[in-house]
Amino acid sequence: MIAELGLAALWLAASLALLQLALVWFGLVGDKADLLAGVRPVAVAQAGLCAIAFLALIALFLRSDMSVALVAANSHSAKPWLYKFAGTWGNHEGSMLLWVTVMGLAGAGVALLERALRRDTHMATLGAQAAISLGFYAFLLFSSNPFARLAAAPEDGQGLNPLLQDPGLAFHPPTLYLGYVGLSVAFSFAVGALMTRNVDAAFARAMRPWVLGAWVLLTIGITAGSYWAYYELGWGGWWFWDPVENASLMPWLAATALLHSVTVLATRDALRAWTVMLAVVAFSMSMVGTFLVRSGILTSVHAFAVDPERGTFILALLLVYIGGALALFGFRVGTVREGAQFELVSRETMLVLNNLLLSVVLGVVLIGTLYPLMTEAFGHKVSVGPPYFDAVAGPIALGLMLVMIAGPVTRWRHDALRAVGGRLLVPTLVGLAALSALAVLAWGRIGVLPFLGLVIAAATAVGSLTPLGKRNLRRTPLFTYGMVIAHLGCAVSIAGMASDSAFTVEKLAAMRVGDRVSAAGWTVSLDQIGPIAGDNWTAMQADVSAARDGGTPVLLHPQSRFFTTPPTATNESAILTRWNGQLYVVLGEPTQDGRWQMRIWWKPFVTLIWLGGGLIALGGLLSLIGRERRGWMKRLRKAAA
Amino acid sequence: MTRLLLFLTLVMAQPLVAQTALPPAPYADRQLDDPAQEKKAHELMLTIRCLTCQSQSIADSNASMAADLRSQIRERIAAGEDPEAIRAWLVERYGDWVSYAPTTAPILWPLWAAPALLLLGGGALAAARVRRRHSSKRKAG
Amino acid sequence: MDEAAAESGGMRRGFILWLPLVLFLGLGGLFLHGLLSPESRTIDSKMVGKPLPAFALPAAASNRPGLSTPDLTQGKPRLLNIFASWCVPCAAEAPQLMALRQAGARIDAIAIRDARGDVDRFLGRWGNPYQRIGLDARSAVQLALGSSGVPETFIIDGRGRIVHQHIGDIRAEDVPDILARLRAAQ
Repeated sequence: MIAELGLAALWLAASLALLQLALVWFGLVGDKADLLAGVRPVAVAQAGLCAIAFLALIALFLRSDMSVALVAANSHSAKPWLYKFAGTWGNHEGSMLLWVTVMGLAGAGVALLERALRRDTHMATLGAQAAISLGFYAFLLFSSNPFARLAAAPEDGQGLNPLLQDPGLAFHPPTLYLGYVGLSVAFSFAVGALMTRNVDAAFARAMRPWVLGAWVLLTIGITAGSYWAYYELGWGGWWFWDPVENASLMPWLAATALLHSVTVLATRDALRAWTVMLAVVAFSMSMVGTFLVRSGILTSVHAFAVDPERGTFILALLLVYIGGALALFGFRVGTVREGAQFELVSRETMLVLNNLLLSVVLGVVLIGTLYPLMTEAFGHKVSVGPPYFDAVAGPIALGLMLVMIAGPVTRWRHDALRAVGGRLLVPTLVGLAALSALAVLAWGRIGVLPFLGLVIAAATAVGSLTPLGKRNLRRTPLFTYGMVIAHLGCAVSIAGMASDSAFTVEKLAAMRVGDRVSAAGWTVSLDQIGPIAGDNWTAMQADVSAARDGGTPVLLHPQSRFFTTPPTATNESAILTRWNGQLYVVLGEPTQDGRWQMRIWWKPFVTLIWLGGGLIALGGLLSLIGRERRGWMKRLRKAAA
Repeated sequence: MTRLLLFLTLVMAQPLVAQTALPPAPYADRQLDDPAQEKKAHELMLTIRCLTCQSQSIADSNASMAADLRSQIRERIAAGEDPEAIRAWLVERYGDWVSYAPTTAPILWPLWAAPALLLLGGGALAAARVRRRHSSKRKAG
Repeated sequence: MDEAAAESGGMRRGFILWLPLVLFLGLGGLFLHGLLSPESRTIDSKMVGKPLPAFALPAAASNRPGLSTPDLTQGKPRLLNIFASWCVPCAAEAPQLMALRQAGARIDAIAIRDARGDVDRFLGRWGNPYQRIGLDARSAVQLALGSSGVPETFIIDGRGRIVHQHIGDIRAEDVPDILARLRAAQ
């Protein structure tokens, strides 16, 4: 009954999306205000119906209704309730339903919250949003129905991939999806603006909160995903330049560029065509990412929901939406007048440089990820991995950091080179100090890239704070704090990456109970090893005590876990966090002579990577609140009155 | 008793997919005594793709073939062989695919040229923009 | 002059505006190609067409001698089967190897990461089509051959050159093809 209700709600929502598109089209073409008046209520009703469908699916998973094919294939009655709940979107159909639900809610948000945009542009945006939703409804209803029933219900389900049974990962994909949907809204705004020939500062201001929100969510999603890979895969690495990881990085890179160019457009009415282009590219990167992950055309460690047929459907949607938008761009953007002018030495130029470098990194990641696919077409198999991406993206990222120091202290429109140089004095001195200190301490012992990374991170950390100097801190707007914190986060993150790459110590040991090994000032001993049982797994668990420089030992419990449904083995690493780094212990296989293979790492300041990611997201959030607070308050007051 | 049973089932369940009847090769998970040599070997292993699991480096893989290759690499580095010579030896057998570091084969030239071309193309586009602004400004002034 | 410059500038701008669409369509074509002909997961040995690497392996079974390169350069083409007693598909291809043996093929083998007792048991159960079996305890020869798993079967011509690699277990339908290739290697 619940499944049928959900399916009915989904069909109704799809029909409303069609209605919304028709209302916008005929309303705008015939200039009929009464048709356009219907768009808002339809958008809100569509969101409500999506929510009902999604709640229905959650209910089916929580009740372990095995007569529903999706639940039987992805759940198990013995699973803890959190994973039954998260299992709702831990599969292809459920995640697509989550996607359309969030898209519906975002559409209602655009319909209700946006007040400043010209009416025809606003309506065209809602029309574009409806058109995108329609494609995903079709995808769900015709090729991935989440509510399909089985002819005969099995006694129990097949379970969820154990790698996914982790609290962090339960919420990682939805965070990314929320970000993708935010970018789809930005895309709709761009299409609406092109359709109605209305690319200007007001359009940028309307689009900006969605871009910022999406960017914050993508940042959180990538940071959390990276930490998850770090502790769950048990290899001590936090980024592998794997196709699936790159697929999540590309929309983020595009969104970061868009975030900066939309600020130029909103503040200075410049970079009109480029901003529209970036909005299209950012959403196309989320679709490309989804396609790469779902179609399985590239080999990945993270491929969980692969199916070529779905790939075909996503590719069709990709071609229609992005191809259509790019064609519209070709036809219309010639009529977009060039925006405001600026001098060579100006914040605009700095932001153009930022956009250039981010776009180059994006291009490199895209080409590097797809290159094996291209050569495969010529019958030649190649691999493009970390050595390429590190060597190419690393230096460009460091250049980006330098622009990041200079940009915020350069004035809009026109500035004097000498004045900018003066404002950069302190970061330059800090950078030089860091350079000399590192040269004395570690020259020749660490790689060039980590070396430069540490130096530039020090300069950027100080440089990011420079915009606050000489300001009344109480009267500094919140969005300036947001920018400062986000830029500081970049410095912190780069410092963590460089430190991990330069100073990590790895120790492999085959240990008997009672053995001890030492590495990087730590003494690690294997005290005991034995079996332990969890909700739906059993494991070998080691009691490992670790002490630094003769201090009090701390007990760690790395596990080698075995899941029964489906049968899989995973390594649960044990991580000891200290202010200056993490001790990372993995229990491996037993050897023939009764010893256990252990991998031990000491990773100095590795936590800065994710701390920086958190700061970047926090900065974005503060920026969002700082920019939008006034508008929200006004609307709330109006609603209350 | 249940604890013992649990232990036995675990030990029996250990090889989920049988890959070998033998203990791993001597240097599969044992580091070389010379830290400089171990560093060389480890850096090479991070860039060699595992043949069995395909999307991991042999340094991260539990597959027994990867373990054998790790041992072989450590032994050859210890014997004084150059890491790049070992990479070339593997590429000769398995093709460019086996190296995560793209080689200098002609089919990979465009990949290496891509960053420079993107930077030049994008830079030219941006520069044209700035120059156009200047000239239009001069005309206006 | 000025007008012409402006015209060409306009043309160029026009081209640049359509460039994203062109690049995107290229991307779409690539994706379509990727979907239609999925990436194959097998890694072919690049040693096909080259001489066998030099090796000398001890015996893997009690009743067969070991295997070294000179054994494979005796003037007659031979099959070199890479197998292991712990490998399930290797047992599945045993009947096909027996059929090849009956059809006159000479078959040698390399047992990967194996132990003599296990190999004896395996051959006792599934049959022994091999003339010589070398024991490759640490996959060294397997790596030198560019082989990426078990089972695999190489065809070696009489002069010790690798002429063909069959990846995975030999199915009944593969037998005629392998016999034909073996004859062609004469």
